[in-house]
Amino acid sequence: MDASDRILRCNRRALMQQGLMGIAGAALGTLVSRDSSAGEYVGDQNRTQADHSPRVRNVIFLHMVGGPSQLDLLSFKPELQRRDGEKMPDALWENLRLAFVRKQPNLFGSPFQFRPQGQSGIELSELLPHLGTVADELTLVHSMHTEQFNHAPAQLMFQTGFGQFGRPSLGSWVSYGLGSENENLPNFVVMNTGQIAGAGNSMWGSGFLPTVHQGVEFRSQGDPVLYLSNPPGINSARRQRILQSVHDLNAAHLRDVGDPEIATRMSQYELAFRMQSAVPELMELTDEPQYIHDLYGTKPGETRFANNCLLARRLVERGVRFVQLNDQGWDTHGNIKGGLPRKCREVDQPIAALIADLKVRGLLDETLVVFGAEFGRTPMIQDGQGQLAGRDHHKDAFTVWFAGGGLKKGFTYGKTDELGFHVTENPMHVNDFHATLLHLLGLDHERLTYPYQGRNFRLTDVAGRVATELFA
Amino acid sequence: MCSLSILSLRYWVKKFASAVLCSGCILFLPAVCTSAQKEIQPVDFEHEVWPILVQHCIGCHGPEEQQGQLRLDSKKAAMHGGVSGRLLGESSSESLLFHRLTSEDADERMPLDQDPLTEEQIDKLARWIDSGHEWPDHLGAEVAPPVAHWAYSKPLLSAIPLPDISWDNEPIKTEHPIDGFIREQLIQVGLFPNPPAEPAVLVRRLYLDLIGLPPPIEVVADFVKNPSPQAYQQLVDRLLASPRFGEKWSRDWLDLARYSDSNGYQADQLRDLWPYRDWVISAMNADMPFDQFTVEQLAGDLLPGATDAQKIATGFHRTPTCNIEAGVDPEENRTNQVIDRVNTTATVWLGTTLECAQCHNHKYDPFTQKDYYRLFAFFNNTPMEVENTKRDGIQFDFYGPRMELASTPAMQTQWKKVDAKIEHAEASLRQAQQDALVRLKDWEQQILSGEIKPSDVLTKAMIQEFKKWINTKDRAQRTAGEQEKLKQAFWKTDPVVRQHRFQVDTLKRDRKNLEPSTTLVMLEMASPRTTHIFKRGNFLTPSRQVSPGVPAALHPLPENAPPDRLGLAQWLIDKENPLTARVRVNQIWEEIFGLGFVASGEDFGLQGASPSHPHLLDWLAVQFMTEDWSTKWLIRQIVTSATYQQSSVQSPAHKNRDPKNIFLSRGPRFRLPAELIRDNGLAISDLLEQKMGGPPIYPPQPPRIWRQTGRGEPIYRVNDGPDRYRRGVYVVWRRVAPYPSFVNFDAPDRTRCVVQRPTTNTPLQALTLLNDEAFLEMARALANRILESDLVDDRDRLQQAFRLCVARSPSEEDLSILQRLLNDQRKSLQAVPEDAMKLADAGRKELSNQSPENIRERAAWVCVANTLLNLDETITKE
Repeated sequence: MDASDRILRCNRRALMQQGLMGIAGAALGTLVSRDSSAGEYVGDQNRTQADHSPRVRNVIFLHMVGGPSQLDLLSFKPELQRRDGEKMPDALWENLRLAFVRKQPNLFGSPFQFRPQGQSGIELSELLPHLGTVADELTLVHSMHTEQFNHAPAQLMFQTGFGQFGRPSLGSWVSYGLGSENENLPNFVVMNTGQIAGAGNSMWGSGFLPTVHQGVEFRSQGDPVLYLSNPPGINSARRQRILQSVHDLNAAHLRDVGDPEIATRMSQYELAFRMQSAVPELMELTDEPQYIHDLYGTKPGETRFANNCLLARRLVERGVRFVQLNDQGWDTHGNIKGGLPRKCREVDQPIAALIADLKVRGLLDETLVVFGAEFGRTPMIQDGQGQLAGRDHHKDAFTVWFAGGGLKKGFTYGKTDELGFHVTENPMHVNDFHATLLHLLGLDHERLTYPYQGRNFRLTDVAGRVATELFA
Repeated sequence: MCSLSILSLRYWVKKFASAVLCSGCILFLPAVCTSAQKEIQPVDFEHEVWPILVQHCIGCHGPEEQQGQLRLDSKKAAMHGGVSGRLLGESSSESLLFHRLTSEDADERMPLDQDPLTEEQIDKLARWIDSGHEWPDHLGAEVAPPVAHWAYSKPLLSAIPLPDISWDNEPIKTEHPIDGFIREQLIQVGLFPNPPAEPAVLVRRLYLDLIGLPPPIEVVADFVKNPSPQAYQQLVDRLLASPRFGEKWSRDWLDLARYSDSNGYQADQLRDLWPYRDWVISAMNADMPFDQFTVEQLAGDLLPGATDAQKIATGFHRTPTCNIEAGVDPEENRTNQVIDRVNTTATVWLGTTLECAQCHNHKYDPFTQKDYYRLFAFFNNTPMEVENTKRDGIQFDFYGPRMELASTPAMQTQWKKVDAKIEHAEASLRQAQQDALVRLKDWEQQILSGEIKPSDVLTKAMIQEFKKWINTKDRAQRTAGEQEKLKQAFWKTDPVVRQHRFQVDTLKRDRKNLEPSTTLVMLEMASPRTTHIFKRGNFLTPSRQVSPGVPAALHPLPENAPPDRLGLAQWLIDKENPLTARVRVNQIWEEIFGLGFVASGEDFGLQGASPSHPHLLDWLAVQFMTEDWSTKWLIRQIVTSATYQQSSVQSPAHKNRDPKNIFLSRGPRFRLPAELIRDNGLAISDLLEQKMGGPPIYPPQPPRIWRQTGRGEPIYRVNDGPDRYRRGVYVVWRRVAPYPSFVNFDAPDRTRCVVQRPTTNTPLQALTLLNDEAFLEMARALANRILESDLVDDRDRLQQAFRLCVARSPSEEDLSILQRLLNDQRKSLQAVPEDAMKLADAGRKELSNQSPENIRERAAWVCVANTLLNLDETITKE
């Protein structure tokens, strides 16, 4: 059963409730007359393509799995640095639920320097020198907060709007809402560096949406898409010859039994064949000029975040709607001084390069780059002292940033208290974050619904506010 | 507040109100008081009451939402009341409305979560009620009060319609009850049933539906020769009795039960629950009555003298995900599991989506938040399932009650043998340790000289420390602890001691492997927890306490039913329950026809779809109960109908007037579910291994699918032996990384109860069938099967291969397409012999003596087999 069926069903019910239709089903034949098209990489055809005019067409979502420390990277807290080593205030400690810390801990000021960057003077950590060069493209939100403080539930919350399994991911909602611009590639592509996040494939799953909307993982080792390569002994010509026979036999059977699903399957086999050349062509980074490799720090053939950033640009160039890059290794419970600079060196240059490159190509206006994670980190120390100090998970205040079309550039939004513990101004719940993101894509988060189990489900459940203050 | 004085006025008011009604007068109630009673101020509904309703009530109880099924924007609906009952009594003090406006309980007091109405407003409403709650007809919407929803009244038998129809003027009798109901509706909508399916197509459909495997080619041939109703009946009987039946029919139940082999969440460790999966298969095979099937899964442990099998059955509710990520809040985790149990129970047996009522009264269906937590209370008495093994409040392990499976006498003999060996080996180890001590002094010198390098048993830090001790103190000066540490470290590095230690460890591991498997079960704690309603569904904000109970809008618990899971199970299968039988019938109908009578199988409520054939659904539901809840009876009824046996060919009329086949003017035709695509391919290629039950299997999958973070991360080791070729129902189901080819064919991750899998049609499916190693093996085996058969010429062989895949015989066109492919491949492979070697997998031992011609021929047939396994028809039940 596809989405349109369910929507038709609801319309029918609405009609009956209004007394416009007679006995159930009497006029059904004429209402339900579309062929199934669930199999194609298109959005729900019963939706108009967008609810309002979109500010961006594509999203590149950089999920720093584990939760990077906003206090050492993006959110400058001089007062916290000043009070480094003091016991955390009693008022904040009372009734606090944390994942790991069990005894009232000390405050932990960032050991890193912050400096104002660019025209806008946005203050960024010394660990992000490259990002500093594109600071004037950024829109920082310091007032994010979430409901979950364990990784997997918080990852699900951040990507699906709900802290347990079973809901569709943001990318799959976008695919469902907007459909595709490239018929040779999936609509929602995911790439991972490091180990997979705790929430696993559900980070890009389609939940109760039709499975065509789930993210397709592009892999840097082995087949870039599972089962993409022909088996040994079958070259492209032989594959084409076999596909010709499959096509002819399916066509003959379609004539005999008349089921339009057969026609759909035939077109899916054609698409599969096109993907067999389109995907490797896309993944081949050696055709990029040297200056691009220098810009991003890419090394063709290796698994690295920089390569994925360049691939993300190639994907949006080809009209892929939603690209999600997950990078594991940001769960800095200890050794922030050693571990965080190392992680930053992996991502800082390519992320800045991606923004600069998109801008040069005129793609930044229609693309939204999002940098964030499932939660932030505490202003307090966890475990290790001195060199080995780290921070626990913090759900009540953390930072995300956007770069791209339709936003105020070099802009910061939302404030936290002087210790960075609580949001004090313009809070942005994960639901608000999603509502805002969908809005930028031309989707109304209250209208992007899918009927399931007797209810019209939304990414933002029953909440969500579009932060129009961010819009240019 | 004037409520005290009002009571005695009731009679008067009532009398007077009717007088007012008769006269058509609208506005007022004149003061009618005796001297002892206070005067009631007349109330102007339009100007005093209506604005209050509009401003404070109809946001939730109006045209947009009807929380608690109550509407206050319509006279008729308001007078009717909602889920909680009639709103207006004869006096304000007897009225639910008044009670709800003045309640001290924040969960009850209206308007919910907002400031209470002012005293003046409440006074107006009270006086309005007491003065006869007049409501002029011209105010408010014209809507009828909600009628009782069909699904909440018991199903009743209606007369079986037996309309006769005719085909090209030839009359056809309708004899089967199912056909009667179906044809009656077809006539109404002006559609006509299809003729019977071709015998070969029908026999394949029957095999796939009943056992999930294709028919053997000889069975097809026999049935094509003699497609009599008797022959068909015999096939039905044989298939219903086949042990393969349970393997097929457990699949959709395991989706409902969200059965999987792992915990979910970070690390996603494996858990042992497969005995429950095997229990479902054998219960299906035994045709366990559905009422018993229900009771054993929900409360087998609470049955008097519960058997092991009945305890294993309770694994149904030990399937929820469990987060043992470090730092998890165990109570939150437990609460989520109980919530999952409540929601799943409601979905599976009641076709009801209770989730909404977790936070507030259900918006559409007659279930309150209190109902929800009363159900919650039934499930709230099982032990915590995570354990803080380190007692640090941070690191948790998956725990919870499990049961050892019975051990066989053979196993016990084995244990005794191994135990004796262990005892012997441990004695040798102790001896070796003593003997080794003569070398300790040398070892100490080697530590000092740096001859002994750091290793996993002897860290750099340890060596540093030891050097200090050895340098500064002779033996007598060392503490006992220091001396012991040195000795232990020495034993760990001494090669002779290590050898003995290794033997002991190996034997102990063998012993562990011999230990009986365990399975997760439900267990009731001796002292039950108290259950509270959670405000907004949040476990951190408990409010009122509630006791176990069933939703007030449905039938009561049966008499003498205990207030525990067993009582709940008995309530579900009570003949008074309007939903259970209907919901189960709907599930089975959907498995066969692809669409249930109620298209929203997970929701029979007011927001669900209306049943396409309400009388047939009810007839089957009632009969299902009468026939002792026999699933096999139900399936036999369905497959022996002409409706089931008709051709699935679609005409333009079908496409225009009933594209989804709601009215069943043709037979079912849809793609097989993921597991059956595998099973079908294995059977066609004759690879299928028939072994049943046991721990999950690991067929080939691409590398690096299982890559997780965290402790106890399991490893995917592909089976080499027969397990590689067993049915899909046995494939290991890991929640964060399910078997990827199944995922491509819409298999769920089994983290939640799933009633309907989507049936999509995607390029990734094409790539899977074309290129997956598992399907390539099938293509090779099918080629092998053809080449090893007695058939020699191409035509016979192609026919045979085609029939193996789709049962029917190929047309001349089909044959010529395949023949051309075969010829082309023979030619092209001649030019590239290395491709032929690869395609035929010529490295295998059994092919080592084959000539290049034979290898080439085999490779060409692999291409044909790859083609046939990719046909839409091959992966479709039609």
